[in-house]
This record gives sequence, C-alpha cells and structure tokens, in this order.
Amino acid sequence: MEIALLILPLIGSIVSGFFGKLIGDRSSEIITCLFVSISAILSLVLFYEVNVNNYENNVVITKWISSGSLNVNWSIDVDALSSVMLVVVTLVSSLVHIYSIGYMSHDPHKPRFMAYLSLFTFAMLTLVTADNFLQLFFGWEGVGLCSYFLIGFWFKKDSANAAAIKAFVVNRVGDFAFALGIFLIFYLFGTVNYDEVFKQIPSLDREFIYLGLNFKAVDLICILLFVGAMGKSAQFMLHTWLPDAMEGPTPVSALIHAATMVTAGVFLVVRCSPIFEYSPLTLNIITIIGMTTAFFAATVALVQTDIKKIIAYSTCSQLGYMFFAAGVGAYNVAMFHLFTHAFFKALLFLGSGSVIHAFKNEQNINLMGASYKKLPYTWILMIIGTLALTGFPFLSGFYSKDAIIEFAYLKGNTLGYYATGIGIFTAFLTSIYSWRLIFKTFHGTYNNEKLKITEIKDSTFIMLVPLIILSIGAVFAGFLFKDLFINYSGQNYFWGDSIKFLNPLSSDHPPIWIILITPILVVISVPISYYLFVKNKEVPNYLAEINRPLYNFLVNKWYFDELYNLIFIKSSKKIGLFFWKVVDVKVIDKFGPDGISSLIKNLSLKANKFQSGFIYQYAFMMLLGFSALLTFLILK
Amino acid sequence: MIDIGLSHYLTLGAMIFTIGIAGIFLNRKNIIVILMSIELILLAVNVNLVSFSIFLDDLSGQIFTLFILTVAAAEAAIGLAIIVVYYRNSSTINVEEINRLKG
Repeated sequence: MEIALLILPLIGSIVSGFFGKLIGDRSSEIITCLFVSISAILSLVLFYEVNVNNYENNVVITKWISSGSLNVNWSIDVDALSSVMLVVVTLVSSLVHIYSIGYMSHDPHKPRFMAYLSLFTFAMLTLVTADNFLQLFFGWEGVGLCSYFLIGFWFKKDSANAAAIKAFVVNRVGDFAFALGIFLIFYLFGTVNYDEVFKQIPSLDREFIYLGLNFKAVDLICILLFVGAMGKSAQFMLHTWLPDAMEGPTPVSALIHAATMVTAGVFLVVRCSPIFEYSPLTLNIITIIGMTTAFFAATVALVQTDIKKIIAYSTCSQLGYMFFAAGVGAYNVAMFHLFTHAFFKALLFLGSGSVIHAFKNEQNINLMGASYKKLPYTWILMIIGTLALTGFPFLSGFYSKDAIIEFAYLKGNTLGYYATGIGIFTAFLTSIYSWRLIFKTFHGTYNNEKLKITEIKDSTFIMLVPLIILSIGAVFAGFLFKDLFINYSGQNYFWGDSIKFLNPLSSDHPPIWIILITPILVVISVPISYYLFVKNKEVPNYLAEINRPLYNFLVNKWYFDELYNLIFIKSSKKIGLFFWKVVDVKVIDKFGPDGISSLIKNLSLKANKFQSGFIYQYAFMMLLGFSALLTFLILK
Repeated sequence: MIDIGLSHYLTLGAMIFTIGIAGIFLNRKNIIVILMSIELILLAVNVNLVSFSIFLDDLSGQIFTLFILTVAAAEAAIGLAIIVVYYRNSSTINVEEINRLKG
C-alpha cells in the first residue's frame, strides 16, 4: 500500500510527461488525477490506521547507497508525523490536479503541467516518508526542482523565468546550509539515519572552536538545518522568492507555495525535534525568526495590490506562526497549524485563481470589485477561506492559531510573552489584510475598464468541486482534529515517538483574556475593514498619505529586494565582471589559449622562412647542423 | 726545407673541404659550380683518407679512396644528367632561379 501510494504519482508523471503527446491532453489529465487521487485515498486509509491502530511501518524499497559506513535506504517511513504530511500532500495535490483541468483549459501544454504536478507530488512524498537525511534531501531538492519548473511554466514570460531562477537561487542558500548540516551529522555520528542520529544526540557534547568562539555541536547542527528550513519555508531574509513565485500558474501557488513545499521547512524542524530539543539557543532563534516573519509578512500584505501576492505574504506570515510554535517547543501545534493552513490557504489560492480566471488574468485587486453577485460560489468559498485564515471562532484557523498563541504564552519566559504579543497583533493584521482582499475583490464599486461586468462569470464545476472539498476542510479540520493533534484530552497520545518533548508541554490553561483577545480582535476587524475598504475609502488613502515613508516602506516590502540587489547582486555582478573582463580575458586567455596559439603562429611563420626553395641554403643548413652535431659529439 | 708531415696533408684537405663548402653557398651563378664544389669536398676527403692510410701504414684507406672516386664519377654523371634534364624543362640552370624545392 505504501509503495503504491508513493509510486503512483511518479507513474502518472512519467506517462503524462513522456507520452502526453501520444495519449492526448484529456487522457493525461485523467491519468494523473486518477493516480494522485488513489494516492490520496490510500494516505487517508493510512492516516486512519495510524490514528486508530497506532500503525507504524518502515518499508524499505531498496538499498540506495552502501559505501563504507554510509548506508542509506530508500524507504517509506510511516509514523504519525509522516501520515499527517501524507494526507496533506496527497489530498491537496489531488484537488489541485482536478482544479488544474479547469484552470489550464486554455493552455497548450497540459500534459507537461500535469506531469510536473505529479512529479512534485512524488518528490514531496519521498521527502516526508524519508527515514534518513539523505532521502529527505533528495525529496527536498526534488520539490525545489519541480517548483522551479512550475514557476517558470509559462516560459515565454520573462518575469516568470526570472522568478523561477530567483526561487531556485534563494533556495540554494538554504539548501547549502542544509547540506552542511547533513555533512556535520554524518561527520559526528557516522550515519544519516534518523533513528541512529536521534539516539546519539543526547550524549553529544562536542564543541567546535571557530574564531575564538565556542559552538556546541548540537547548536551548529540545528542552526544549519534551520537555515535550510528557512530557505524552503520562505522565512525572514530568505523569503524574497515566495512572492515572486506567484508568477507561476495559480494551482501551482496553491499546491507548492501554500500547502506543501513551503511547509517542508516546518516539517523538517518537527521531524528533527529530537535534535532541536537539545538546542535551546536554536529554538530561541527559530522563535525570533518565526515571529519576525509573521509580523513582517503581515505588514507587507496590508498594502499589496496583487491578489496572489497578498496571499503569498499571508502564507509567509502563517509559516512564521508555525515556526514560532515549533520554537516555543509546541511541535504538535506547529503541525496542527500546518494541517489546517494547508486547507484554507489552498482554498484561498484556488479561489483567487478562480477570480483571476473570471477577470481574464487580471490580478490587481484595485481593478476588481462588486463582483460577488457574478461570482457567488467563489465569493462564498473565499469568505470561508478568509474566515478560517483569520481565525474566526470555530473555524479551523481559530483552533490552530489560538493554540499557537496560547502555547507561546505558556512558555512563560520573556521571549514567549513577546511572541504572544506579536502573534496577537499579527492575527489582527492578518484579519485586516484578508478582509481588504475580499472587500476590494468582491465589494465596493466595479473598477475594471477593460472588461464589462456582464462578461464575468463564475468558474466551471470542475474548478469549484476542489474548492468545496477544501472549504469543508477549512471549516471542520480544526474542530475535528484539535484533540488528536494537540491532545487536550490527554489520552491515546497520537504522535507516538515521532515528536520528542524534552520537557512535557505545559498543560495549564492560559488566562482567559489570552484566549479571548484574538477572536475578539478578529471579529471586530471585519466591520473595521468593511468601513475602511468599502464605506469610506478616503481613510486608508489618508492614512497612506500622512505616513508616506512608512507606506513606501511597506509597499516596497521593507526594501528587501533593493537591499539584496545592493549587497549581493551588484557586488557579485561586479566580481563576475572582474573575473570575466580581467581575470579571464586579460590573464587566462591572454597567456593561455590566445597566448600559446599566437606564439606558435609567430614561431611557425619564422620557421617558414627557412624553407626558401634554394638548394644551396638547404645544403648550408645541413652542413651547419651536421657540424653542430659533430661538435657536440666530440665535446661530449 | 721543412718536412712535409701528416698535418700538412690534413690542412690541405681541410682547406679544400672549406673551399668546397664555401663554393656551395657563396655561389650565386651556376648549378654546375655546386656540383664541382661537391667534387671538391669528396677530393678533400680522399686526401685525408690517403694521408691517413700512409701515416697508419694501412692500405684499406687507399682502397676506400678508389671506391670514392668511382662513386664520385658516377655521381658527377648523374648530376650532370639531372642538370641537362632540368635545363630542358625550365630552360635555366641559374641558381638564383631554382627555388622550386619547397612546399
């Protein structure tokens, strides 16, 4: 069952990718959708098994590497953690596959698109089912590659190509650190298998001295792994690729850049909880980075005008939440938020795709509005997604986000309180920008001059079905699974050995105002944003006007792109130019290929002059040479 | 009167040899002169051989000289024949104009 679950998307990808022309668009769509859907059903069965029967298994498919002491299997490791990820990945993936049939209906490269999606699913499955760091890394790079393919899917668009390369390069920074982390693990433990590494972690007390500073080995491992996670999960400083990745088709954004791939970083941290638990330093760093990201992305999302970029920054912000949940030690809550987030964020993305589809590829929310009567289903579904995202009471985001804030509070130290404050404030911002998106898109006045409002019509049935399924998840996932994931009831512990807590999580209840403040803020933000973005549009404009520097700061995404452009891109371009123009052209070429060839040419031109054709000169040369030889022989 | 010894013969041989060599490449006129210069070189060698033969009291040097004379005669005949043929083809045997021996 596990093998079928893993292999089916790969088969679908190969069939659709290599034989797509042969079997036609429709068949390749059906094959990939069918196979991934079967995977989804299998993973649901597996999740049920794990949940009810505490099923755990490690299916070794084959021995991958066996070289000296490095033994790596390609295996499917099923435990509580990976079963949750399997459900998230395959479920969202299958829905996105189905949605893509409708969304990509006008695209000439359907089989290729479906093949990439299936390949991505396969890579993501190998990532989450790995039982060692190397296979994890394989899946990690596989999803990065598919992300590159899919962002640059519309390869005729320059901006899409640039975004794809940017995503790839920024990820490289994280992946480099991740690879170093794996090297370090292998260096210290002589193995990369989770079980063996986790067993040896508690007894690890090595220290490295570098530049007179002492680093504990475990801190170093954790920081390197976390930098890898930061790259993949678009955390603060390595986030710049995620908004640009919205150049890809919207189903891709929903699958890769919201629900699955970007959560791989969170998954990594949770999976390595037996390591991270021994490094309080890194956990604090994770908390700080996580809350910074959450806050930063929320502020930027407030002023963006591209519908997909708003949701992208929202994703970034929610990933920040997951990280600071992991940072305060509540790994299970991070996974819970990952789980619920996958539903409502995929829903929001697919919904926005539906809007973009209806507006004929218009993405600017200032050029939309008043369309809720024309797009009733999309409107309702988007509102469900928004409610769930903002943490409106009793929808899924409410349970997971509030749990994060509560656990941050229960952490009980300064950082925890600080994170709580940031978390609550960010929840408020989240609510404002999400409702801004809804109101600007569906309410107010109609602002699009290119398209008549009568031409707007709601999406087809095939695009709405996945949305409806996701909306069910967005509404009920939190309520149904909160006991299972966060284990309020305290019995039949779900996570088993997959997550390690050095100190058991505090089971106290936070003060009542902490529990109440977020929902209250979220609820009152609805009328506030209605007033700001529909009733009285002068206020936001006025606010932007009086705070022009702040507004520009936010619109330009805290000037990160400009900063990186200044620090990294310009300098590396200068270095590159120097190496090209000076080192390569003037030194290597001059003395290397060009120098030698011109030397030989000159020499041969000179040697050519000896061949005059005059016999007496030849004879003279012969004699000269002969006498020289003779002299040499005599003198020797 | 001074005694005429081996060194005088060798000096004579060397001089003839040098004249022959100089004749090959200083000559700007006629290809026959080159042929004559080669004869001179061979003669110089013969002088050397004969004088050493007497000096060492070994007859084989003189026998060798006879061989060389024979070869030189044959060579002169062939060389002259080549020159005749060449003259027929290009109607010149001027050294300055014979420069076809190149790629």
